[in-house]
Amino acid sequence: MSDKKILRAPVSQKPLVVEKPEHPEHIGGSVSIEINEKQVSVPLGTTILEACRQNQIHIPTLCHHDDLCVAGVCRICVVEVEKMRTLQAACAFPITEPIKIKTTSNAVRRARKHILDLLLSEHYGECYACFRNNNCELQSLAKEYGVDHYNFGHIEKSRYEVDKSSYSVVRDMDKCILCKRCVRTCIDIQEVGVLEAIDRSNKTHIGTFWDKPLADVICINCGQCINRCPTGALRANDPRDEIWAVIDDPQKHVVIQTAPSPRAAICEEFGMEPGTSLTGEMNTAMRRIGFDVVFDTNFTADLTIIEEGTELISRLYKALVKKEDIAVPQFTSCSPGWVKYLEHFYPEYIPNLSTAKSPQQMFGALIKTYYAQKKGIDPKDLVTVAVMPCSAKKYECNRPEMVDSGYKDVDYGLTTRELAQMIKEAGIHLPEMPPSQFDDPFGDASGAGLIFGATGGVMEAALRTVVEFVTGKKVESVFANADITQVRGFEGIRYAELPIEEVGPVPELIKHLVPDWNWLKGATLKIAVVHGTANAKKVMDDIKAGGKFSECHFIEFMACPGGCLGGGGQPIPTSPEIRKKRAKAIYDEDRSLPVRKSHENRHISEIYELFLKDGPNGRLAHKLLHTHYEKRGKYIA
Amino acid sequence: MELKKNKRKGPVIFSEYKRGDTIRKSISMSRNDILFELKDSKLRGRGGAGFPLSTKCMLTSAAKSEEKFLVCNADEGEPGTFKDRVLLIEFPELVFDGMVAGGYTIGASKGIVYLRGEYEYLLKPLEDYLEEMRKDNLLGNNILGKEGFDFDIKIFLGSGAYVCGEETALIESLEGHRGEPRNRPPYPINTGFLRRPTAVNNVETLAAVSHIVMKGGAWFAKFGTDKSTGSKLFSVSGDCEKPGVYELPWGTKISELLKLVEAKDTKAVQVGGASGFCIPKSQFSRTLAYEDVSTGGSIMIFREGRDMLQVLKNFMEFFVDESCGQCTPCRMGNIKLLEGVEMIEKGKYTFSYINKLKDLGKTMQLASKCGLGQSSPNPFISILENFNEEIFNRGNGGTNVR
Repeated sequence: MSDKKILRAPVSQKPLVVEKPEHPEHIGGSVSIEINEKQVSVPLGTTILEACRQNQIHIPTLCHHDDLCVAGVCRICVVEVEKMRTLQAACAFPITEPIKIKTTSNAVRRARKHILDLLLSEHYGECYACFRNNNCELQSLAKEYGVDHYNFGHIEKSRYEVDKSSYSVVRDMDKCILCKRCVRTCIDIQEVGVLEAIDRSNKTHIGTFWDKPLADVICINCGQCINRCPTGALRANDPRDEIWAVIDDPQKHVVIQTAPSPRAAICEEFGMEPGTSLTGEMNTAMRRIGFDVVFDTNFTADLTIIEEGTELISRLYKALVKKEDIAVPQFTSCSPGWVKYLEHFYPEYIPNLSTAKSPQQMFGALIKTYYAQKKGIDPKDLVTVAVMPCSAKKYECNRPEMVDSGYKDVDYGLTTRELAQMIKEAGIHLPEMPPSQFDDPFGDASGAGLIFGATGGVMEAALRTVVEFVTGKKVESVFANADITQVRGFEGIRYAELPIEEVGPVPELIKHLVPDWNWLKGATLKIAVVHGTANAKKVMDDIKAGGKFSECHFIEFMACPGGCLGGGGQPIPTSPEIRKKRAKAIYDEDRSLPVRKSHENRHISEIYELFLKDGPNGRLAHKLLHTHYEKRGKYIA
Repeated sequence: MELKKNKRKGPVIFSEYKRGDTIRKSISMSRNDILFELKDSKLRGRGGAGFPLSTKCMLTSAAKSEEKFLVCNADEGEPGTFKDRVLLIEFPELVFDGMVAGGYTIGASKGIVYLRGEYEYLLKPLEDYLEEMRKDNLLGNNILGKEGFDFDIKIFLGSGAYVCGEETALIESLEGHRGEPRNRPPYPINTGFLRRPTAVNNVETLAAVSHIVMKGGAWFAKFGTDKSTGSKLFSVSGDCEKPGVYELPWGTKISELLKLVEAKDTKAVQVGGASGFCIPKSQFSRTLAYEDVSTGGSIMIFREGRDMLQVLKNFMEFFVDESCGQCTPCRMGNIKLLEGVEMIEKGKYTFSYINKLKDLGKTMQLASKCGLGQSSPNPFISILENFNEEIFNRGNGGTNVR
């Protein structure tokens, strides 16, 4: 998602886009206004809300979100603007002329209190039985305004059935306050648009096409709506009870794998500032909870790089040298939200998706085969849990084809939020844990696997390996510190060209795929990095139209803004600033690691020597580590 | 077509007019000249809000854009109004010629009529009428030989929501979206239909434009009062002998109107439809004008014996049904007000709660996103205030409820 602010009316009002100039001083200068009798100057086009924030004046908000366009529907942010008959929504009012604003007048206070009373009167459910207890914007406002009774009554009966149909997202519309953040998220950030307001007046509710269950519509399970919901109306499908049950079962050997993003964000659940990695602390906590072993998903991220990277090389070899009819560019497939998006909206491009499974699913398949053999555990007694920043991973592990080990490869997807909850339930204060390492035989992984958590990370990890494989030179000699900054950042769509000036010998590991590199000499590798499916749509439409992205060789797609670190299972709230801090934590940790390239991970060489004996993209690798996709179209869930 | 309904023809809107005259005259004038005529006329929007037309036209005309739109708001949805229907059936030439002149003035090449869904039966005759205008080159390219002046009109059938009479919701609906009002600013004059400058005008306003172009702004301003010039069509219904559409100059007293329509034993007059104000007998000497009792034209008459609480309940039910559900004060406020009315009906209320609801009504007037929520508490507040005695002395504990 681009960081550029867009001021806009609700989603249904798409054409009304007033872009806030990036550098207002270049085009129109500033306006001098008066807020609560204090003179201030703000850039032209600033909203009243922004102006107040810049001047440390607190304005309550509910429908406003820093990631989303303006809605102006909850009206809690109303302020008085001199000479205007009615109160104005601070979030939706662009300042274009000198005005006088009052934010605490009697009319304003009364209106805010009334609006809060009205919202509370229909907010069904109790705070202590809600996962957003203590992290709910409505609850905070009630506290802020000292609500101690319901002025306009309180709804006593549930009006809507909880929709638990989806593996990923649970919708409890009784708690919905109709701020439409989910609607705007789904259409603006993701361009999926499964949610929209249905019916009108007090019958208005957020629903799907024909009010079908969420599992029956084209939801991609990204969970971005959960991250932006101000109340507990949206939550992830929580498997904690089942996981506690298997932990308590002495027959079961419970394995947990943790993705790179949760460790960079879980601190937020414990009241810490975003951007502190708690990797070692988390390992200890998970063992204390009762998980038998703790593995690092980064190991299979490294494996993904080898599998996906070699797939790319053989794809290019087939397309460029053998002139076979094979789909290029290759798309990454580690983001299950993106995969489902493609299956729905661009099913004709399924051949472009890498067949490599996501790290989570690779790990599941390996744990129930390689690890089970090695430890002599019957795979039926093995339970794999995956801590993911993601709600779509819950859906992914339930895809019917994800049973290549002969069992369900990954039993439960657990979000960062849910793991934090389990840690709290166990009476553990995470930041105080002594750090510990990951368990063998997979041990600690490389920095390349770690940066999978940030947008551009998969691309950078792949390049670190591909550059060394092809040129035979150390990547550090090409990119300082092995930081490939061209693919980093938060720009929604990034494009880069890397000329290959010289080539080296083909490494042993992939000799069975290509005889030499001469065909790559002098070529230019064209790559792109995309995050947020609204941006993916732009790139896909460009590819369809034969634009510049159709000439790419490899494109990284992530469904969520910021990549996995901004995933739908991460701590709430989210904002561009929070995501930047999480990314920094990930890149800092990468720099501190001794091994920063997937192919240099000794456990990777080991697994190809001991288990996947026919090498990357070999027969066994294909059975366990690769998958296939389904053409869904826009009408099939 | 002619309606067999009571109709009082006044000297302005229903005065003599020949099809095409306004178009012929306006293309011979400069755009600024027309703007000055409109300014002299002091014509204000006839839909109810009363925004000065010349200001709207000047702003739209000054907006820079390769494309502009003129929209005729024929989503006549306010309970008790039916004057636009009469204009469209009997005097389409006034409305359409006014649109062409308006389009010429603001530099629009496309006109859109947003026709109320329930007026579907008007679609065919109006389409036929437009086709005839095209044949005579009153619409189309280079109208009447005026080089470079292209204008055509399309009719869009509404989908049956009251809120779509609000101009930004109307534009949303035109674009194929849910009919929900937009945030203002930006206003449609800058960012309207398809983000282009758009002037949205009521049917009657456009009809008045036809006369103003022909007879001049000064002529128009002779009628009515100083601040409310010209005449107004009133849709009169309820307890009277002669309901119908009446053209009367602004400044007419309510009592004069009642006499004209032969209303007897009148207890109250609801001026401005459901979102208007309820005027009790004691205030019948007030005048119908923007500066006193402002209205889009709906006049509902209630004689002695009518239960004002039921009248209020009917209005509140209407708003509960018609709120778009977008903003909190309107979505939930109206239902609370209706519940309050039902409490009074059952005799189970406290004055302190009713006063709380009146306060809530004031918040709705101030904090709602659009005119619907800003005006829906009007009947609640005005009826409870003006008929205080009748409503709160209904009997004991709700046993005496009709």
